[in-house]
Amino acid sequence: MSTLAIRDLHVSIETDQGTKPILRGVDLDISSGETHAVMGPNGSGKSTLAYTIAGHPRYTVDSGSITLDGEDVLAMSVDERARAGLFLAMQYPVEIPGVTVSNFLRTAKTAIDGKSPAIRGWVKDVRQSMENLRMDSAFAERNVNEGFSGGEKKRHEILQLELLKPKFAVLDETDSGLDVDALKIVSEGVNRAKGSSDLGVLLITHYTRILRYIKPDFVHVFVAGRVAEEGGPELADRLEDEGYDRYVAAAAASA
Amino acid sequence: MAEEVQTLSTDPEHPAQGTTTPVVTGTGTRPAIIGDATTGHGDVPVQTRNERFASTDVAAFPPVTGREATWKLTPIGELKALIEGGLDGSRYPVDTTATGGAQVVWVGREDERIGTAGIPEDRAAANAWSSFQEALVVRVTGEEASTATVVRTELGSAARAAHTIVDAAPFAKAVVVLDNRGTAHLAENVEILVGDGADITVVSVQDWDDDAKHVANHFAQVGRDAHLKHVVVSFGGAVVRVNPSVTLAGSGADGDLLGVYFADAAQHLESQVFLFHKADHTKGRVEYRGALQGEGAHTVWIGDVLIGPDATGTDSYEQNRNLVLTDGTRADSVPNLEIETGDIAGAGHASATGRFDDEQLFYLQARGIPEEVARRLVVRGFLSSIVQKIGVPELEERLQQAIEAELAGEAR
Ligand SMILES: Nc1ncnc2c1ncn2[C@@H]1O[C@H](COP(=O)(O)OP(=O)(O)OP(=O)(O)O)[C@@H](O)[C@H]1O
Ligand SMILES: [Mg+2]
Repeated sequence: MSTLAIRDLHVSIETDQGTKPILRGVDLDISSGETHAVMGPNGSGKSTLAYTIAGHPRYTVDSGSITLDGEDVLAMSVDERARAGLFLAMQYPVEIPGVTVSNFLRTAKTAIDGKSPAIRGWVKDVRQSMENLRMDSAFAERNVNEGFSGGEKKRHEILQLELLKPKFAVLDETDSGLDVDALKIVSEGVNRAKGSSDLGVLLITHYTRILRYIKPDFVHVFVAGRVAEEGGPELADRLEDEGYDRYVAAAAASA
Repeated sequence: MAEEVQTLSTDPEHPAQGTTTPVVTGTGTRPAIIGDATTGHGDVPVQTRNERFASTDVAAFPPVTGREATWKLTPIGELKALIEGGLDGSRYPVDTTATGGAQVVWVGREDERIGTAGIPEDRAAANAWSSFQEALVVRVTGEEASTATVVRTELGSAARAAHTIVDAAPFAKAVVVLDNRGTAHLAENVEILVGDGADITVVSVQDWDDDAKHVANHFAQVGRDAHLKHVVVSFGGAVVRVNPSVTLAGSGADGDLLGVYFADAAQHLESQVFLFHKADHTKGRVEYRGALQGEGAHTVWIGDVLIGPDATGTDSYEQNRNLVLTDGTRADSVPNLEIETGDIAGAGHASATGRFDDEQLFYLQARGIPEEVARRLVVRGFLSSIVQKIGVPELEERLQQAIEAELAGEAR
C-alpha cells in the first residue's frame, strides 16, 4: 500500500510577461487502489499539476511538497520519478522520429525494471496489450507517435501504462479527442491496469463522460489553481448538471 | 548576391550570423515552390551554378584565398598540402570484393572514360587530377544485382591523389561501397557513370582516424530512366569534405542524394552538393542530416539545385537538418535553388538546424529512461531516417554502431 501526498503545492511558470503563479496551494492524497478524478475548467491548472508531479522542467515549485511513501518526489529527476512508480499519460504525447514503438517500449521497460525483460514473455505481453487496445500490430514498427491520430496516441499512452505497471498513474485528459468507442477501449485498458495491480489513478478531465467507464472514488473540483470542492462520485453528477460556473464565479469574487 | 548562409552557432567566438532565408532564383515563370524556408525570390546570382570555371589542370586555377564560394566555409589552412602541394599519385593498397557482374581493375590515364562524368571546379580537385597516375575502375554489368566494396585503410599520412571510376553499364543493378578507414591525407576525384536504365547505389563512408584530411569531388552522370542513389557518410577525420555533383542527364533520370554525418570536437565535416536537372522529367531528392557535439565541431552543407532550361516536368526537393547537441558547435546550411524553366512539376527546399528537443527528452525520461539513454535514442532516431534509406543491411548495422560509438564519445 502506497501513498502519493501533495501538500500546499505552489507552482509558477516563467512567461515573457514575467513569473506567473498557476497552482496556489494544492492538497491531495492518493492511496493505492484509489481513483481520484480532478475536474476543472480550461486553464485551471490541471495539466500543470500533472506535469509538476512528473517533473517537467518548465514548472517551478515555489513551495509545498510531493512525497511518495514519504520520499521527496520533488528531489527526483524525471526518470527517477518514473522508476519510483509514477506514470503520466500525456494530454499531448510527443513524436519521436526514428524511434520505433517496440524499441521505445523495450527501452522503457528495461529502465523501469532495471533489467531487460525476458524476450519471449515480453513480446507476448506487448502483442496481447496491443490487441486489447485494438491497436494494429503494425504500430510496433512505427515511430513513436509519428503520424498517429489523436485517438491512437491516447491508446499508445495506455499501452505503456499497462506494460510499465506503475504504482500511480496521472491521466491528463486521456478522454479528450476520443469517440465513444475509443473512449470505451481506453477506459477498459485503465480498468484492466487497476484490476491487475493496486494502481492508484489521478484522472484529470474536463468532462464527466469518462467517469461512466472509470468509476472515481473521489472527485476534486479544480478552479484557479486550487481545489475548490471535494466529494464522492455524486459530485461529478452535480458538475454534469451545473457545470463549473458556480465555482468560477466564486473564485473570481474571492480573487 | 545576398549572403545566404544559414548558421546556427553555439560557439561564442563565432556568434550566429543570423538566419537569412535561402534564395530562389530563376529566369522562368515562377513555378510552384514547395518548401518551408522559401520566402525570398528574385536575387540574381553572380553566375549560374553550372557556369563555374572548370579545368583538369591545377595550374589553370589561381591560388586559393579562402574567399571563393567553394572555399569560404572550409579551413583551407589545414588543407594547404592538398590544395597546392605536390601529391603522390601512385597506386595504393586496396582491399576489394566484387560479386555478380562487378569487377575492379586499375587503368592508365589514357582510359577514355576519364573526364566523362565531370571535371574539377576547385584547385584541390584539379591538383588531384593532375597528379594521379592510375585510376581504379569499378565496372558493373548485368541485370542481376552485383556488389563491389573497395576498402582503403592504408593510405598513410603523406599527401596523395586518387582517381576512381564507377562505370555502370546500361540496365546494371549494383551496390558499390567505398569504405575509407585508417589515416589519410587525400585529394581525389570519383567519377560515376550510370548507363541508361541502370539502378546503382554508391556509398562513400568516411570513417577515418582522427587526424585524417580528405577532400573529394564526386561527379556523376545519370542516363535515361536510370537511378542513382548516392550516399555520403562522414564520421571520422579532422577535415573531411566530400562534394557530390550529380547531373540527371537523361530523360526520366532519378537521383537520391543522401548524407549523414556526425561531427565531434574539433572536427570539420563538409558536403557541397550540386544536383543538376539537365533533362526533362527528372526527379531529385537531396537529404542530408547531421549531428554536432563538442567544442569546435563544425559542419557545412551547401545544396545547390539547378533546374536547367530543358528540364521540364522536373520534380526536385532538397533538405538539410542538423541536430546540435552541445555548446561550441557550428552548423552552416546553405540551400540554393535555381530554376530556368517555368514548366516543372515541383521544386522546394528546407533547411533546419536545431537544438535538442527537450519535450522529446521529457517524454522518454517520463517513461523511466535515463537522460543519457534518452539523448542517444533521439539522436539515433534523427540520423537513422537517412541510414534506413541506404538499403544495404550490413552497412546500416555498422553505421548504427558507429553512431552509438560517436554518442558514447569514444575516440575513433
Ligand atoms: N508555457 C506557458 N506560457 C504561458 N502560460 C501558460 C503556459 N503553460 C500554462 N500556462 C497557463 O497556465 C494556466 C494553467 O494551464 P494548464 O495547462 O495547467 O491548464 P489546464 O487546466 O490543463 O487546461 P486545459 O483544460 O485547457 O487542458 C493557463 O492559464 C495557461 O494559459
Ligand atoms: Mg490540460
